[in-house]
Amino acid sequence: MNYGGILAGGVGKRMGRSDLPKQFLMLGDKPILIHTVEQFLISGDIDKIIIAVPQNWRTYSEDLIKKYCPSEKIDVINGGITRNDTILNICNHIKEKYGSKSDDVIVTHDSVRPFITQRIIKDNVEACKIADAVDTVIPAYDTIVEAKDNDVISNIPVRDYMYLGQTPQSFKVDTFIKVYGSLSDEEKDILTDACKMFVIKEKKVKIINGESYNMKITTPYDLKMASLMLGVENKND
Amino acid sequence: MINEIIKLIEPKKLEINFEQVDLPKEDVIVKPTYMSICAADQRYYQGKRKKEVLEKKLPLTLIHECIGEVLYDPKGEYKMGDRVVLIPNTPYQEDNIVKENYRRSSKFRSSNYAGFMQNMVYMRRDRIISIGNINPEIGSMLELMSVAVNGIENFKEKAHERRNTLAIWGDGSVAYVTALVLRAYFPEAKITVLGLHREKLSYFSFVDDVKTVDEVDKNFKVDHAFECVGGGGAESAIDQMIDCIEPQGTINLLGVSEDPPHINTRMVLEKGLTILGNSRSGYDDFKKSVDLLQSEQIQDYVENIICDRVEINALKDIYTAFDSDLNNNFKTVMKWNL
Repeated sequence: MNYGGILAGGVGKRMGRSDLPKQFLMLGDKPILIHTVEQFLISGDIDKIIIAVPQNWRTYSEDLIKKYCPSEKIDVINGGITRNDTILNICNHIKEKYGSKSDDVIVTHDSVRPFITQRIIKDNVEACKIADAVDTVIPAYDTIVEAKDNDVISNIPVRDYMYLGQTPQSFKVDTFIKVYGSLSDEEKDILTDACKMFVIKEKKVKIINGESYNMKITTPYDLKMASLMLGVENKND
Repeated sequence: MINEIIKLIEPKKLEINFEQVDLPKEDVIVKPTYMSICAADQRYYQGKRKKEVLEKKLPLTLIHECIGEVLYDPKGEYKMGDRVVLIPNTPYQEDNIVKENYRRSSKFRSSNYAGFMQNMVYMRRDRIISIGNINPEIGSMLELMSVAVNGIENFKEKAHERRNTLAIWGDGSVAYVTALVLRAYFPEAKITVLGLHREKLSYFSFVDDVKTVDEVDKNFKVDHAFECVGGGGAESAIDQMIDCIEPQGTINLLGVSEDPPHINTRMVLEKGLTILGNSRSGYDDFKKSVDLLQSEQIQDYVENIICDRVEINALKDIYTAFDSDLNNNFKTVMKWNL
């Protein structure tokens, strides 16, 4: 089975004065989260969808799903403290509720990237059959500059080999649990990106092409940009 | 959710647009998988339509020859992944006399309605037909075949019964598929194809004879003629057809001309000819085309005119496909990975 894991656990503060977590803000006629979930819902490559949300927003999220896209394919669960904890919660939920086979794949995706396409989901599932993990990336068109002391440039990597990470990131369910379980508490604190965790543990992480417009809506500016792209009014102002 | 739609905003300039869509209650969501480029799309892309037409129609989503896979059917009649052909004509009124493709209220994709260059297409369920195991690349030719079927069904209904000798003017894709469908409908008839290019005519292995138009002499006579030339060459082709056709035959027009050709009506009158106009196609024509393509032999013949295959992974690949299409003899198929 292939699972979609929607990471909606954040209660980010970057969105400014809004108290509503960004994944619940309206983009056009529906919340950002719903745009994202619907793409997974119609994907023939995804059998079940698990949405991980902040505990105190769980009932609210269930109401949204009921209102916009009720489906037996969807489960809403509590997210964790960190991103990787949230993915672990989703993996554990899969094992408890559905049992798990060694080739089960989980396609994890930021709930605030609603411009995800069917092609990206398909490519993730396909690539995960031949690799331990998959990361969705786009080429870096700007020069990447590294400044280890946040003051003076320490390195400028060759741009041809640089990519910008997006989501989805996909894993075999069992492998994720195993790799995450092998980390020390210290490593868990540092390795906030799930794919980085696989790289450190010398697993094969394949990259697939994302889209420049598969943007993450994190700031009020992003939301304005997304509304403009869709040609809709930003109703959150 | 959000759908991505590719629009031609001006000749040779494509742009991705985004549109918010809901899960449908009636319509079926189809993911396009293979598309082929029609001369009509190419004319828009190259900016070869009249200025006022371009001003009125652009921005426009191109492509009306397409097959795809079902992503979502709210009624569960189709399974996810079912292969279907997408019918570009959408009728909005019932009419017992006028076929759906001639009703002025109907809309046609990539003309006065969004074409298929989209991430996913919402289709009315009477606008898709399962194609089963037909090779999807060849399946993208179904619209072209259905146009020939529409013309030949019209011919069958209206032409007199002597159908021993049939001739097709033209050596392009429409001519090829029309000849192929005629062969299937009238296996006993003597079919001749007349064109300009010897190399292109050599593809027509399933007809009885091919000629270049300058090889036609006064002894060449046919019961009925099919014009698949269009453009600037239509006028001289129609002229030659009027000369070669036996009295009371039909001239079946399938070619599209931007400028209106002059027709020798004196000889049309003298010979009592019938001119039948044909354009586009409807559900029944697609159904018959799907049935015809069940034949592996016909699939092989259709496959022969796919000259270029271009995988579309990004916008730039669409430019490549349209450019390739200009330089090949017949059809360009796009494998739609967007």
